[in-house]
Amino acid sequence: MNGVFAKRRQHLLALKAMRDGQSSHLARSAPCPRCGETVPRRELVQARHVCPKCGYHYPIGAYHRLSLLLDAGSFRELDERLTSRDPFHFPGYAGKLDESRARTGLSEAVVTAVGAVEGRKTAVGVLDSRFFMGSMSAAVGEKVTRLIEYAGKNKLPLILFSASGGARMQEGILSLMQMAKTAAALERFSRKGGFYISVLTDPTTGGVTASFASLGDIILAEPGALVGFAGPRVIQQTIGQTLPEGFQRAEYLEEHGFVDAVVPRAQMRETLARLLKLHGKGEKP
Amino acid sequence: MSGRTAAERVALARHPGRPGTADYIAALCTDFFEQKGDRQCREDPAILGGVALFHGRPVTVLGHRKGKNLEENLKCNFGMPGPEGYRKARRMMEQAEKFRRPIFTFLDTPGAYPGVEAEARGQGEAIARNLAVMSALTVPVICVVTGEGNSGGALAIGVGNTVLMLENAVYSVLSPEGFASILWKDAARAEEACGIMKLTAEDLLAAGVIDGILPEPEGGAHTAPQSVFRTVDEALCRALEGWKRQSGSFLAAQRYKKFRAMGDPAGKRERA
Repeated sequence: MNGVFAKRRQHLLALKAMRDGQSSHLARSAPCPRCGETVPRRELVQARHVCPKCGYHYPIGAYHRLSLLLDAGSFRELDERLTSRDPFHFPGYAGKLDESRARTGLSEAVVTAVGAVEGRKTAVGVLDSRFFMGSMSAAVGEKVTRLIEYAGKNKLPLILFSASGGARMQEGILSLMQMAKTAAALERFSRKGGFYISVLTDPTTGGVTASFASLGDIILAEPGALVGFAGPRVIQQTIGQTLPEGFQRAEYLEEHGFVDAVVPRAQMRETLARLLKLHGKGEKP
Repeated sequence: MSGRTAAERVALARHPGRPGTADYIAALCTDFFEQKGDRQCREDPAILGGVALFHGRPVTVLGHRKGKNLEENLKCNFGMPGPEGYRKARRMMEQAEKFRRPIFTFLDTPGAYPGVEAEARGQGEAIARNLAVMSALTVPVICVVTGEGNSGGALAIGVGNTVLMLENAVYSVLSPEGFASILWKDAARAEEACGIMKLTAEDLLAAGVIDGILPEPEGGAHTAPQSVFRTVDEALCRALEGWKRQSGSFLAAQRYKKFRAMGDPAGKRERA
C-alpha cells in the first residue's frame, strides 16, 4: 500500500469520525438513557460509546463505526456523492435533505466503502440513523446495491451494519422497490458464493429488516438493539396491549432463532475478523 | 380513464364488493387445487394459492385474501399475512420453479400483519427471503395489483417479470393512514396523504414501477366483475405469450434488470 495516500485516507476517516462524535448527543456529558448514570465523555469515548455502568450501546455515526472497524489507512469510500434527488418533488423534502446533509456531513443515510478488517479486504456499508432515521431512500438502495455488486465483482466479503427506521416516506413507492432491488442483488451475490455478514444495530426496522438486513449468511446484533418489521408503537396500537419485556430486542431475536450471536461492540471487530477467516474470505495479500 | 382523485381510488380499491384473489382464481382458472400451510408452523388463510389450469395449462396462482364477510375477514385477518403466509407463498413459488409452471400473483393487502407472534416468527425475514427467491425464479412471474398494495406485505409476492395494476388499484410504501401517522403523527390526515403519495396506477406507470394499467368499468371493478375478469384474463394471456419462448436465465435476468433500474438517483454511474 502506498504510504502517503494511506496516511491521508486515515487522516480523513479520523476527521469524519470525530465530526460524527461532535454532531451527536455525545458532544457533552449527559445521563445514560438507560441507567441514568452520567459518565464523563472521555470515559465514554474510550469505551467505544458503551455505557460502562449498564452496557447501553449508544448509536454511533457511520464514519465513527468504520474507524472502529477498519485497519488504519485502508478506508476508501465508494459513491461518496450519490444522494437523493427528491424523485416526487415531495413538499419540504429538498429542504430537509439539505439540512440533514449540513448537520451530519453525510450525503445520504449510508456510507459504503472498501477497507481491511485485520488485513482482510472487505466491502463494508454502514447505515447512519442521524440521517432521516437511516431510512431507505432510492439513493440508499442504490448505494447498497452497488456495494453488493462491487463485492461480487471483486470477490470480496460483504459486511452491512443496519440502523434504520424503515422506508423513506418522501420517496414513496421507489423507497419500497429498494427492498426488492437489494434483496435481488444479495441473491445473485450469494449464488456466486459471496459471503455476507449482516450486523443489526439499534434500531433496525421496516423495509431494511424485510430486505438486506435479514439475508446475511451470518447475522449478528449489538446488545439491546431494537430489531423488527413493524415498530413497537404500531404493534401496540394494533393489539391494544402492552408489549412483553425485551420484545424485539437483539436478545429476543437470538432466542427466537433470527440472530447467530449478540456481540458487544468491544468484540465486534475481532468477531468479524474471525468469521472472515473461518470462511477463507478477504485473504491477506 | 375517469378523473378520480387518489382518495376516491383508495376507497374503490378497498370496496368490500371488489373482486379478490378467490374470485380471480375461480373465474380465470379450472381444476384449482388449494395448497395450505408453510410446513413449519401453521396455515395462514391471508394468502390463498395453489395449482390450477389457465387455458388448459398448469400455473401456480396465489394472492392476498381478505374474505367476503366479517367471519371470513376475521379468519383471513383482513388480508394481512403473517410470516407463515409468506413462507407458504414461497413454498408454492419454489414448487412452480421445480415443475416449470408460470406464476400469477394477485396483490391486495392493507400490509403485513403487525403483531407480536408475527414478529416473534420473523415477519421481516419471511418477506426478505421471498424478495430474494422471487428475484431469481426461472419461470415467468406475472403480478396484478387488484386492490390495495401496501408496503412490503404486498411487494413480498410482487417481484414479477410483468407487473400490472387495475385502474383503481393503489400501490404504495404504506397505507395512507400509516403514512399520515408517521409523517404528521396524525392518522386522520389520510385523505391529505393520498393526494401526495403518488399511489395511483398512473403515478406508478410514470415512475416505471408497473408495466401497464388494466381498465375497469365506469363505476369500479365491483360494478361489473365479469368484464374485469375478461380484461385480466386477456392481460395474463398477453403477458404469458410474451414470456413463454424465453429461457429461464433470460427471465431471471430480465426481472433483475427491471428492479435494478428502479430509483437510480444519479441516473448515471458516479464513482468517488
